[in-house]
Amino acid sequence: MKTDKPRKNPLVMFIHKLGSPPWFYDFTGKFVPWLWAVFAALTIWGLYLGLIKAPPDYLQGESYRIMYIHVPAAWMSMMIYVLMAFMSFIALIWRIRTMEIMAMNSAPIGAAFTLIALATGSLWGRPTWGTYWVWDARLTSELVLLFLYLGVIGLYKAMDEPRKAARAASLLALVGLVNLPIIHFSVKWWNTLHQGSSISMTGSKIDASMLWPLLIMAIAMKFYYGANLITRSRVTLLEQDLRKGWTRDVAKDAARERNS
Amino acid sequence: MSGAFFALLRRDLLLAFRRRTELLFPVAFLLVVVSLFPLGIGPGPALLARIAPGVIWIAALLATVISLDGLFRSDFDDGTLEQFILSGHPLTLIVLAKIVAHWLVAGLPLVLLSPLLAIWMNLPLESLGVLIVTLFLGTPILSLIGSIGVGLTLSLKRGGQLLSLLVFPLYVPILILATAAVMAVSDGLPYGAFLGLLIAGLVTSVTLAPFAAAAALKISLS
Repeated sequence: MKTDKPRKNPLVMFIHKLGSPPWFYDFTGKFVPWLWAVFAALTIWGLYLGLIKAPPDYLQGESYRIMYIHVPAAWMSMMIYVLMAFMSFIALIWRIRTMEIMAMNSAPIGAAFTLIALATGSLWGRPTWGTYWVWDARLTSELVLLFLYLGVIGLYKAMDEPRKAARAASLLALVGLVNLPIIHFSVKWWNTLHQGSSISMTGSKIDASMLWPLLIMAIAMKFYYGANLITRSRVTLLEQDLRKGWTRDVAKDAARERNS
Repeated sequence: MSGAFFALLRRDLLLAFRRRTELLFPVAFLLVVVSLFPLGIGPGPALLARIAPGVIWIAALLATVISLDGLFRSDFDDGTLEQFILSGHPLTLIVLAKIVAHWLVAGLPLVLLSPLLAIWMNLPLESLGVLIVTLFLGTPILSLIGSIGVGLTLSLKRGGQLLSLLVFPLYVPILILATAAVMAVSDGLPYGAFLGLLIAGLVTSVTLAPFAAAAALKISLS
């Protein structure tokens, strides 16, 4: 029987190291400013193309431009929920603390995107549908999604012990993920059943000059999520490990940099 | 294994029947809530009949969530729950027994009461049968999904208000399916598919929810 340890796969080693708070803090500190920079550059570029360069819509005029915020926010609201549940799954199985923190810090960002999608959707609804709110399938799904996010945030904040709270809220996020497709399809189908508002916005093909800014904005929002999540998680780590050695080193380094 | 299940079921039912007045709380709650609707909206029979399935179902959701708070409460407070975990019997089975007992005590009375509510809300008689079937299939799902939320909020001082935020979004599909089935009858449409989907929901939640609730309890007790 061989006694020497098998060589670790570098990818496994990398993931393993990310579980260590000081290493995570150091590693993310190197590239999080770049994430913010890419986000800012892409947003300026996307908004310039979308708000200034793209031509007005022949049907909706200028009001369609809210799409450049609304649609990426709605995409992000759903993507973040899935990512949050995925990270919750990892956190529950392997009990990795940095993963718990990342999953829980995803919830407020996702909730904010959901709220933005709802608010811009209702503002867009006023000129196009003539009303701020209709019980449209997509709006209703987003509303239920917001409630799911609020449940995760509420449960996490209600418990005093952060690790226990993260595990409880992670389980809730997973239960929500199982239910999310069921909720989505039942709401969609409830909407066709009642025929309350048979307005659809699909149909017209979107021109490339209007599509490009949308894609750029969608990518910019993903960078925003990454940058915001990592920034939040670094702060949470510092807060939770306030009395540990590595945070003291971080504080010392920061003080030295300020004095020099 | 089934011995523990039935022993616990018997114990919970016995405990519930020793406190008979408390059995009436969800029933009385349901009656009060439903009776508020004609008072608030007006006694017009056509309008009441139209909103009857939704009103009765929403009242059933509220009554279930209120009664759910007691599902594990007394066992948690006096430490019995920890003994259950230490007993070596699968916690999933114990949770399932408690949910079944809860439904028999708090869910079944709602089903039995529904004919009276249907008369109050002027629901056509031919819809009544389907309403009873949807409640019969749907209220166990409410107890099952709700048990996960109860498990998660158990260690909180005031978990009751949070519980409604956690479980109501998860109840949306059941509410839609059940009320759609009853409305389909009054519109003269086929309703079999809705009942089939409700049965599918019941089977899925019986299979999965006790595991999630057991995991939630273990987190709450850690």
